[in-house]
Amino acid sequence: MEYLVASAIGLTTAVGVYLVLRPHSFPVVIGMALLSYAVNLFIFAMGRLVVHQPPVLQPEATGYADPLPQALVLTAIVISFGMTALFVVLAMRGYLESGSDRVDGRGRRTPPAVEETR
Amino acid sequence: MRTDWLIALPILIPLLACALSAALWGRARAQRVVTFVAAAALLLASAALVAATLEHGVIASQMGDWPAPFGITLVSDLLAAAMVAITALMYAATAVYAQAEDVERREAEGWHPLLAALVFGVCGAFLTGDLFNLYVWFEVMLIAAFGMLVLGGGREQLDAGVKYAVLNLLATTVFLIGVGMLYGLTGTLNLADLARRVPEVGNDGAVGAVAFLLLAGFGAKAAVFPLFFWLPAAYHTAAAPVAAIFAAMLTKVGVYAIIRVFSLVFVGSSEWIPWVLGGVAAATMVTGVLGAAAHWDIRRILSFHIISQIGYMLVGIAIATPLALAGAVLYIVHHIVVKANLFLVAGAMRRTGGSFALAHLGGLWRRDPWLGILFAVPALSLAGLPPLSGFWGKLVVIQSGLEGGAAWLAAVALAVSLLTLYSMLKIWMEAFWKEPPAGEAPPDLGGTTRLLMLGPVVALALVTLTIGLWTEPFAALALAAGEQLAGREAYIAAVLGGGAP
Repeated sequence: MEYLVASAIGLTTAVGVYLVLRPHSFPVVIGMALLSYAVNLFIFAMGRLVVHQPPVLQPEATGYADPLPQALVLTAIVISFGMTALFVVLAMRGYLESGSDRVDGRGRRTPPAVEETR
Repeated sequence: MRTDWLIALPILIPLLACALSAALWGRARAQRVVTFVAAAALLLASAALVAATLEHGVIASQMGDWPAPFGITLVSDLLAAAMVAITALMYAATAVYAQAEDVERREAEGWHPLLAALVFGVCGAFLTGDLFNLYVWFEVMLIAAFGMLVLGGGREQLDAGVKYAVLNLLATTVFLIGVGMLYGLTGTLNLADLARRVPEVGNDGAVGAVAFLLLAGFGAKAAVFPLFFWLPAAYHTAAAPVAAIFAAMLTKVGVYAIIRVFSLVFVGSSEWIPWVLGGVAAATMVTGVLGAAAHWDIRRILSFHIISQIGYMLVGIAIATPLALAGAVLYIVHHIVVKANLFLVAGAMRRTGGSFALAHLGGLWRRDPWLGILFAVPALSLAGLPPLSGFWGKLVVIQSGLEGGAAWLAAVALAVSLLTLYSMLKIWMEAFWKEPPAGEAPPDLGGTTRLLMLGPVVALALVTLTIGLWTEPFAALALAAGEQLAGREAYIAAVLGGGAP
């Protein structure tokens, strides 16, 4: 199971990094989301992978699943969801304002104003 | 106990202000009252917190009465208390200044709740004693910052907002990976508990990797050398009050986090840490100041100077003697006041001269000498001329560099000061002394606008002068804070109750 989880995290991270490096805002949004999934899985795995164990320590229990990373991951999921929503709105408004969804500013209807002269 | 409330107040006041002013959406007058009352209350609360911290030493409060390290702890040592106090000052100054220009439009888009939310996040980040909690505060701060950056939403601002958002989210992701690894290694995320457990891990490679991840995450927030590129891409588009509070607080939260983690948790755990920090500090100082020298727009010049000044703070952290840490603390306090003040003055200069571009400015000295004096105070202080506050910050940092066996860092710091003076003089010559450009000049700054714009500027200039001329209490405070940071026992004992686990 360790190999499965580890390679899943690695693959998600790799795809996320690739997408974040794309020049359009939609792949960047998806890439950020994938990266945050990878990190969430990573934190979850840091509580060690155990199956069929109670999350609460009792005298008769033989082992336990660490509940804290699950709480941390829950917080991180909520935050990254909110961030993704905010970012989508930002990217949408940027697209509507400038008519291009490129994050590097190329392909605009008019190029961004150059303030500096001299 | 009474101190429990004192620690929670700097977080509760802006939260309440944020909620109230959001509920009063569309009623600008009521929102203004909320913001000003909250700023005044935060100033009082932070003054009380500093007094309590001076009296009792490090104070800690367990949220929900869960004993540390299981619950979330709020901790206030001298550094944190001083940072909260200076945040309160910035809150008040920007709130007043923002009333001067363009206020209706900004208020209609939610200026008051966003400002309160930003202060809420910043105060939380300063006071938390838990690494994961710090992550949450970073995100609170970040969301408010996005909102403020795109206030008034021109295309430029949106463009900057997208860059700012992606790069800061990536930095937070890196930080979060570090947090996850640290939990996997030690089973705790309470900073005081980590300080005891990390030396016991015995896996130097893994601890080093975590230290590097955290340094990269915080470093990107603090805009240090290889990770600073988002800052000049974003700050120069924001409105003057927004740029002022960003320049004052956001990067400094990153620096604060670096100080906290590297003076408390990773002390002596890896040999490379001081070297990397020192190298990063030197590179940050040099690239920042060179970037500033190459630009001819006031806001861009000031943005690059933020980066350069972050380097000085890192010098203090890299050397890590009590004196060096005291220098870093003094420098941060001075820098927040001065940098915010410069951005506020820049806004007033644009109002009077009609542009941020130096080529389009000129003759301001003849039109408004007071503005010139108010620019000169923070500008010369930034360059570190005596008797202003920047001189003492630099003096302590450089002295600790010479004593701590890092003379090369001290040399770089001195050379960079000279270049800082060059770009400040450049602004002065171009904007104040040059012949005014041809064409119609905007109307003189007068009446209520003048009072609202220059009032906060004068107040902050007075703070700079006070630190400069009456240094003793501030230096004593910084030295005590440095001692507290270098001797970690007080912090650990205050959080964990002193006894063995």
